[in-house]
Amino acid sequence: MIIIGERINGMFRDIAQAIREKDPKPVQEWARKQEAMGAGYLDLNVGPAVADRVSALKWLVEVTQEVSKLPLCLDSTDYDAIEAGLEVCKNPAMINSVPAVQEKMDRVFAMAAKYDAEVIGLAMSEEGIPKDAESRVALAMELVANCDAHGISIDKLYIDPLALPANVGQDHGPEVFETLRQIKLLSDPPPKTTVGLSNISQGTKNRELLNRIFAVMAMANGLDSAICDACDEELVAAVATGRILLNQDIYCDSYVNVFKSQNQ
Amino acid sequence: MAVEINKEKYRSQVREVVLGATSAEGGTRSHTVKVGGEAALPFLHFEGAIPNRPVIAMEVWDIVPEEWPANLKDPFADVISDPAAWAKKCVEEYGADMIALRLKSADPDGKDAGAEECIANLKKVLAAVGVPLIIYGCGKTEKDNTIMGPLAEAAEGENLLLGVAEQENFKSVASAAMAYKHSVIAQSPIDINIAKQLNILISEMSTPLLDRIVIDPTIAALGYGIEYSYSIMERARYGALNGDRMLAMPMIGNVGNEVWTKKEANISASEQPSWGEQAERSMAWEATTAMALVQAGMDILVMRHPQAVALVKNAIDELMQDNSY
Repeated sequence: MIIIGERINGMFRDIAQAIREKDPKPVQEWARKQEAMGAGYLDLNVGPAVADRVSALKWLVEVTQEVSKLPLCLDSTDYDAIEAGLEVCKNPAMINSVPAVQEKMDRVFAMAAKYDAEVIGLAMSEEGIPKDAESRVALAMELVANCDAHGISIDKLYIDPLALPANVGQDHGPEVFETLRQIKLLSDPPPKTTVGLSNISQGTKNRELLNRIFAVMAMANGLDSAICDACDEELVAAVATGRILLNQDIYCDSYVNVFKSQNQ
Repeated sequence: MAVEINKEKYRSQVREVVLGATSAEGGTRSHTVKVGGEAALPFLHFEGAIPNRPVIAMEVWDIVPEEWPANLKDPFADVISDPAAWAKKCVEEYGADMIALRLKSADPDGKDAGAEECIANLKKVLAAVGVPLIIYGCGKTEKDNTIMGPLAEAAEGENLLLGVAEQENFKSVASAAMAYKHSVIAQSPIDINIAKQLNILISEMSTPLLDRIVIDPTIAALGYGIEYSYSIMERARYGALNGDRMLAMPMIGNVGNEVWTKKEANISASEQPSWGEQAERSMAWEATTAMALVQAGMDILVMRHPQAVALVKNAIDELMQDNSY
């Protein structure tokens, strides 16, 4: 599982303030810290309170690139902001995200083809998040078909089956695992998968434990990446261990440290 | 409609290690030798660059190798008591890419030579040939620890390939390599997990050493378990190509030592008529063992018999011909 570090997000007060005051320091500190913990991508989200999302996301991309070579995951519902960010990305980036809604897919996949970007596709439509695995997989197939129609290799598509908080949508858990398994049968090469990991523990008392256990269970069902807290030591160790047990990395006694340093 | 053939795509490649140093680089070698750098599985030129050909280091001892059979001693008969002349013959007559000097004189159960005597022999060989050198001790760890530091210091800047660092005993060789600008052989006992861990331990001593490590996965002669070595090499190479930085090193194998110490290389045809003539059998066995390892991705082969060396060099010439499409 690849860790997409979630910390550079305007939902956090220090990042919101940094964006307001154009102070690159907190952003760059979190970029370095997440990279040192084994993040493979850095998610950039300007947060809800910003007036000019286009210039804010562009600025986040620029200051993050000054200190990190990691690929960036541009996280916004404002596609103009994402496009502005893609324009200044030095390396191919990831677009976070697009639901299975036709006009949105048209815009996002065209953008992805133009900028050689990867795409996170959400298994949801105008009607919201489906309850069962079958409906999620049907939406995943729509994403696959649209991705292919733009000539983008399917392994650049990361499908998020959408996990709900354990205390709200407990019945979604098994459906998410089933969806992860079935997504891998949709095409050859199959799409990749991702989840917003912290979502599973939203509003609960055991956030870190839920995140960690969900991550390894999902890995065993085919999860390739997750947007999550790269600075959660136990989570990173659990992911590194999961990779060993799934034979994705070759074992050695220092495997946790090797996982952390792999992208540096 | 044209058929499109799927090619494997790899994320990464093997590190390129430079051995030896010319005067411009602080040494006295006439040229350096580059190994590694593969971006695909062995000789699949159509899937990625194979920038450097596998090289052959011929073994030279600093004592007369009494235990070698006659057919192995004969090609060196005129030089066998003089390591410098022996090395020169290997390079000039037999086409060795490198010389692997084995300091057998240091063996405490044999001549028990000290560091000074070993240094003198090393210097003679350095003066006699221009190719990069590999240095092995006598094989007795305690004694080797006492001579490797002084040897490394005496040849500072030559970028020798120092053998061998092991998991329980890597500090003396690795620190000698670090202090005096040499490269190091990291040897693991047919165990990929230890191979990886040892590289991590060495790199924790000094990060720049990561680009100066050559893995010795421990090989066996054909018929003595070479398939275990082969599968370790294959797994390490797959790991390297898929982004495992701690296994992305070129590899070395002690072919001559494995083959010529076994009975199949030494017993005469009169004792074992069904095995055929000893001279031809032993030489062919060394060549065949080496070829199996070349196919598995071995970058440096340490060999003994000139005829086996010639056969393997020929085969490498063919394997290095571009087959990309």
